[in-house]
Amino acid sequence: MSAIDMMGPPQRSGSVLGWLRRNLFSSIGNTVLTLVAAYLLWLTIPPLLNFAIFDAVWTGETREACLGEGKGACWPLVWANFGQFIYGRYPESEIWRVNIVFALGFIALVPMLIPSAPAKRFNVIFLLVVYPLIALVLLAGDRPGLPPVPTSEWGGLLVTLVVAVTGIVVSLPLGIVLALGRRSSMPAIRMLSIIFIEFWRGVPLVTVLFMASVMLPLFLPEGLSPDNLLRCLVGVALFSSAYMAEVVRGGLQAIPAGQYEAARAAGLSYWQTMGLVVLPQALRHVIPGIVNTFIGLFKDTTLVLIVGIFDVLGQVRAQLSDPTWTVPQGALTGYLFAGIVFWIFCFGMSQYSSFMERRLSAGRGR
Amino acid sequence: MQKPVKRGSGMGISWYNPRVRSIVYQAGVLAAVIAVVWFFTATAQENLERLNISTGFGFLDTTAGFGIIQTLIPYTEQSSYGRAFLVGLLNTLSVAVIGIVLSTMLGFIVGVARLSPNWLLSKIAAAYVEVMRNIPLLLQLFFWYFAVLRPLPGPAESIEALPGVFLSNRGLILPDPVLDAGAGLFFGALAAAVVTGFVLVRWARARQRATGQLFPALRVAAALIVVLPLLAWAIGGSPFHLEYATRGDFDFSGGVRLLPEFVALVLGLTLYTAAFIGEIVRAGILSVDRGQGEAAAALGLRDSTTLRLVVVPQALRLIVPPLTSQILNLTKNSSLAVAIAYPDLVAVFAGTVLNQTGQAIEVIAITMAVYLTLSLATSLAMNWYNARIALRER
Repeated sequence: MSAIDMMGPPQRSGSVLGWLRRNLFSSIGNTVLTLVAAYLLWLTIPPLLNFAIFDAVWTGETREACLGEGKGACWPLVWANFGQFIYGRYPESEIWRVNIVFALGFIALVPMLIPSAPAKRFNVIFLLVVYPLIALVLLAGDRPGLPPVPTSEWGGLLVTLVVAVTGIVVSLPLGIVLALGRRSSMPAIRMLSIIFIEFWRGVPLVTVLFMASVMLPLFLPEGLSPDNLLRCLVGVALFSSAYMAEVVRGGLQAIPAGQYEAARAAGLSYWQTMGLVVLPQALRHVIPGIVNTFIGLFKDTTLVLIVGIFDVLGQVRAQLSDPTWTVPQGALTGYLFAGIVFWIFCFGMSQYSSFMERRLSAGRGR
Repeated sequence: MQKPVKRGSGMGISWYNPRVRSIVYQAGVLAAVIAVVWFFTATAQENLERLNISTGFGFLDTTAGFGIIQTLIPYTEQSSYGRAFLVGLLNTLSVAVIGIVLSTMLGFIVGVARLSPNWLLSKIAAAYVEVMRNIPLLLQLFFWYFAVLRPLPGPAESIEALPGVFLSNRGLILPDPVLDAGAGLFFGALAAAVVTGFVLVRWARARQRATGQLFPALRVAAALIVVLPLLAWAIGGSPFHLEYATRGDFDFSGGVRLLPEFVALVLGLTLYTAAFIGEIVRAGILSVDRGQGEAAAALGLRDSTTLRLVVVPQALRLIVPPLTSQILNLTKNSSLAVAIAYPDLVAVFAGTVLNQTGQAIEVIAITMAVYLTLSLATSLAMNWYNARIALRER
């Protein structure tokens, strides 16, 4: 018998070098991967930074400022049309109405998102019922002191938010009803819910929008022709309610059967069981799913430009064909700007969603 | 002893009988649905008559009279609307299939890279996912098409990325693989190798189950699939050659041309969907308990065997259902082609054909039916696969 060799001292791990060795150069394969990754970064990051920041044109009044060799992003194009990107062609004298709607939504949303803020019930009712009505009156007008603004003049971020918020406000209650219907014990209602949900989930949103803008008018009585935006809103709302129904159904399935049985044993009716016992628990479980659906909806609002409604992307796209701002790097600049806008919104929401997910699972992780 | 009362029975026709109530509710809802459907149908009929729009599917046989920039089957302006529909459908399917294959591959790479012990690589993969999935797909398509591919130089100044591979505003030009005499032998050998390999693997598995003896079937099969076609290749005298495109001042001649619209769509769909698939793969691999790998190691399995027999089968079980919905999403998202004028089903049929014929109801119904069928077929195939790999609980 012989003693085994003594082990060497552990590698230094506290220093920068130790960290590098452990995480980037621990083996030959790892080193190769690091080099490939570094090369990928070298290929993408410097050109991007040069275009967007170092070579970019930051000031200027006309397109001439952006012409010339080696110039990067043409930011004056964005500054000059910033109003359009936010409000579309909304009349300048009435823009205060849009600003009030934005501000009101923001003020109502912030306490909603903070879990410890009080009066959630009141807040939800305000956001889902009162706020949309106020927004409708303010934006559409046609009231004393508020001249009408046809929806054809709405555009930009305003339309993006109107479509997304309408989608969520309609799809949440409709989705809950559909989810309950799909789990109902009545076969006819279950069947109808399944058909409705699977139909909308099976077709692309583009065809839904086509349907709303070309086919829907044929199904409405003569003289009743809602405008293009409203028709699209109907399409988007029905479409997203099917997705919402599946999210809610996931939450309903997570509620143990004992909860239903206990509620029935306590003598609660079906609606009391659902409204007082099951849904409050189920909906809390699926807050991250609801936020994720909203992110998807928010990204999907861009599709309305296919049927001639100008959201942020549509406004950017329209701006690029404006001869007063035709520059070679215009498309890149415009889409970079739109990309940053959408990214900030969506990334923010997804961070919130994962924050809620961690918070909700904190108690279950034991 | 009291007999258990069956729910709803023996109460007669009373509002307090749950069965009666259930029937009344359902009848009410059904009646409402039927009334709504009837109202819309009647209105539609009235409107169609008033607007003088013809109905029925007869228009499918009418001459289309418009050209399509990419056709996988013979199509001319004299072809019928029905033919145009087929062209659009095939274009949709080709984008979807290529996109699915590429995005699944890239998605697995991204998912594995995010779990890599290499800090730089995992951070790059994370950044990729966060950037791609938080920017609308349509915006990405616009970026690739209008900001990258369209501003490329014309054929004369085109970028030659690899010998025979040109990138210009006319699209991506690739060399055309041409089959010579003797290619049949090559494909025959390939088919024979695949079949033999398959049989071999089944035989080895059966023998291992019966006797416990191992046979390196997978390696032998892989060797067969490489060696046999290579032999045939040598015997046939390398029966392929690449026909390179030649660059003219205004256009290319020869070679395989991928339209910029096609390239942009495949690129956009792939990069976007890969981010989602990457997250699914990562979650799937993370879900496999550490103890599983440790137990396999304790049993003396090699790393590769552990991966193949222990980790991957368990991860796949979690990966497949959400992967299916991503594949479906990609197929449905390919309809965004209409925004960059790639002639997919929606652009050709729900766009041009609808505008020309005005038969909105039929056209939209057919288009939606196609997507519904595709969705249903994919779901069924994936459900079948999922049932096969599902956990067999005792």
